[in-house]
Amino acid sequence: MATKETDNQQQRSSQELPVVLVNRLPSFRLPSKPPFEDDLLSHFHLLDPHDSPEPYDSFLSRHASSIRALITVGTTPVTAEFLNLLPCLGLVVGTSAGLDHIDLPACRSRGIAVTNASSAFSEDVADCAVGLLIDVLRRISSADRFVRGRMWPAKKEYPLGFKLRGKRVGIVGLGSIGSEVATRLSAFDCSIAYSSRKKKPSVPFPFYANVGDLASNSDVLILCCALTEETTHIVNKDVMIALGKQGVIINVGRGYLIDEKELVQCLLRGEIGGAGLDVFENEPNVPKELLGLDNVVLSPHRAVMTPESFEALLQLTVANLKAFFSNKPLLSVVSNE
Amino acid sequence: MENHQERSDHRSQDLPQVLVIKPPPVLTLFEDKFISSKFQLLKAWESTLPLDQFLTNYAGSVRAVLCSGASPITADIIRLLPSLQLVITASAGVNHIDLTECRRLGIAVTNAAGVFSDDGADAAVGLLIDVLRKVSAADRYVRNGLWPVKGDYALGSKLGGKRVGVVGLGGFGSAVAKRLEAFGCTVLYNSRTQKPSVPYPFYSTVLELAADSDSLIICCGLTAETRHMINREVLLALGKQGVIVNIARGAIINEKEMVECLVRGEIGGAGLDVFENEPNVPEELFGLDNVVLSPHRVVFTPESFVAASELVVGNLEAFFSNKPLLSPVIYE
Repeated sequence: MATKETDNQQQRSSQELPVVLVNRLPSFRLPSKPPFEDDLLSHFHLLDPHDSPEPYDSFLSRHASSIRALITVGTTPVTAEFLNLLPCLGLVVGTSAGLDHIDLPACRSRGIAVTNASSAFSEDVADCAVGLLIDVLRRISSADRFVRGRMWPAKKEYPLGFKLRGKRVGIVGLGSIGSEVATRLSAFDCSIAYSSRKKKPSVPFPFYANVGDLASNSDVLILCCALTEETTHIVNKDVMIALGKQGVIINVGRGYLIDEKELVQCLLRGEIGGAGLDVFENEPNVPKELLGLDNVVLSPHRAVMTPESFEALLQLTVANLKAFFSNKPLLSVVSNE
Repeated sequence: MENHQERSDHRSQDLPQVLVIKPPPVLTLFEDKFISSKFQLLKAWESTLPLDQFLTNYAGSVRAVLCSGASPITADIIRLLPSLQLVITASAGVNHIDLTECRRLGIAVTNAAGVFSDDGADAAVGLLIDVLRKVSAADRYVRNGLWPVKGDYALGSKLGGKRVGVVGLGGFGSAVAKRLEAFGCTVLYNSRTQKPSVPYPFYSTVLELAADSDSLIICCGLTAETRHMINREVLLALGKQGVIVNIARGAIINEKEMVECLVRGEIGGAGLDVFENEPNVPEELFGLDNVVLSPHRVVFTPESFVAASELVVGNLEAFFSNKPLLSPVIYE
């Protein structure tokens, strides 16, 4: 972000434009696509402590009284302690699919609204979840390695993959991402069931209150839920055994949804059939044992990312901020469930 | 035990023979399904005689032949089978059968297209997602230990909203189209003839289709007309961001020209299950990250092979009972 532009903005219209704090870890950046920047900069006065020569704490306390809204970039945390420094804050705009880096109870108790960005990403995450599933079942990446290793002429035979049609797919978390996954897999004639915090009355798929029961009745588990205290390690050894030896797990949520150590053991022992993983407990570190397995597909936490979804994210961010400052309903507010 | 003995006796005396020149995969995998009270197999590959001699000596009264890509039914072979009335293949493709000669002589042909459509479509969509979202390339990146060292891998491109041109809207093409719609793609197609009941825009040439598409998925059969139908001109029309997926037959694409386009960055990527000269794959492709390669397997599942073998046996039993064939190839 050009400092000069920001200075000009400040001189021109610091009284006119609403102030928005950019909350980011030093290594993160707001996506600096030109249309986004222009739209954001023409409607809001962005304050970025890391772009200022002033020490972080002093910059923040100097501007605190004018900061009613902030954008938190990627998974930059928003903690209760941080919120205490911003007594006038009314809105936190999330820019990632997940929310586990934001202290939601702390926001709630201070009357601070939080908007999330999952709708901007849901389609892309769902596309990737389905892509990973087809890949694991039909061994696409494994076959690609086989061919690139020049093994086809030598070893003519290569194991067949598994059919997708008719598979019982259990979706853990039927939010915007889970719903998009369900729509896609229905077109492949899979049967869908789900587990969620609460049953959704308008949804035609069978509901299981317990992930273990969902696993017992599924061939595939796709994890699309948020990471919370309740969902940490929700997929544990029992769930994996219940899923079974042919079972496949796809995780596009958060690494900690699965007990990763147990997952590795189950895969090594053949207790489950395979896994497609976009997230891990300790990124960017991936358990070494997985690197040699042919029934696993590994993705470096990018299910969410296409340039097109960044477009959608930026539009959503701007739209939420505009709504907030004109006292209109927020577009993607996180409800207090 | 007794039954087996009886069957054996039947086999050597009464049952009509089905010639098999080389065993198709379904026969190798599921030979037990081919034990029938209506026919027995005449296994040419088990003989030490040269093929034409074997056929002359033993296949004079053979009315049906079970073939595969490895044992094509040419005019020469047909000439050595004077009683031939039926050619059966366990595959979807029929390009290894001289259809013109069969039609001329009134020889019926059956294939197994229907049983592979769903799995083929799954594979095609899987390959498309892989190329667009770089799934295999990213998997390679992680396996090579590069994530902690080099950071995030390059972004892919969104599938939704893409205009996908389906070449050939038969069983495979229709199944592909249905799936793509669920991802929010716009489906366009080219086919020998326009299909009035179909909601997708029709393009009368592959060139026009390519010019208006972001991706092409090849779902048609290999014929004299479709050989090398996808050439440099078509690929350039598809464009630098364009992705091509081929689950049909390698020779539908001019492979040399496609490899050049890929190496020069004139198209965006390719997902290939089939090649002109399998199992040989052009060396240049091994170094490309925007290509996904599959050893002519991704379409197949054990279930579809079982279904194919059941369809083959069903056709044979119908034929030998003078009942209508289950899956005849209709000559257009």
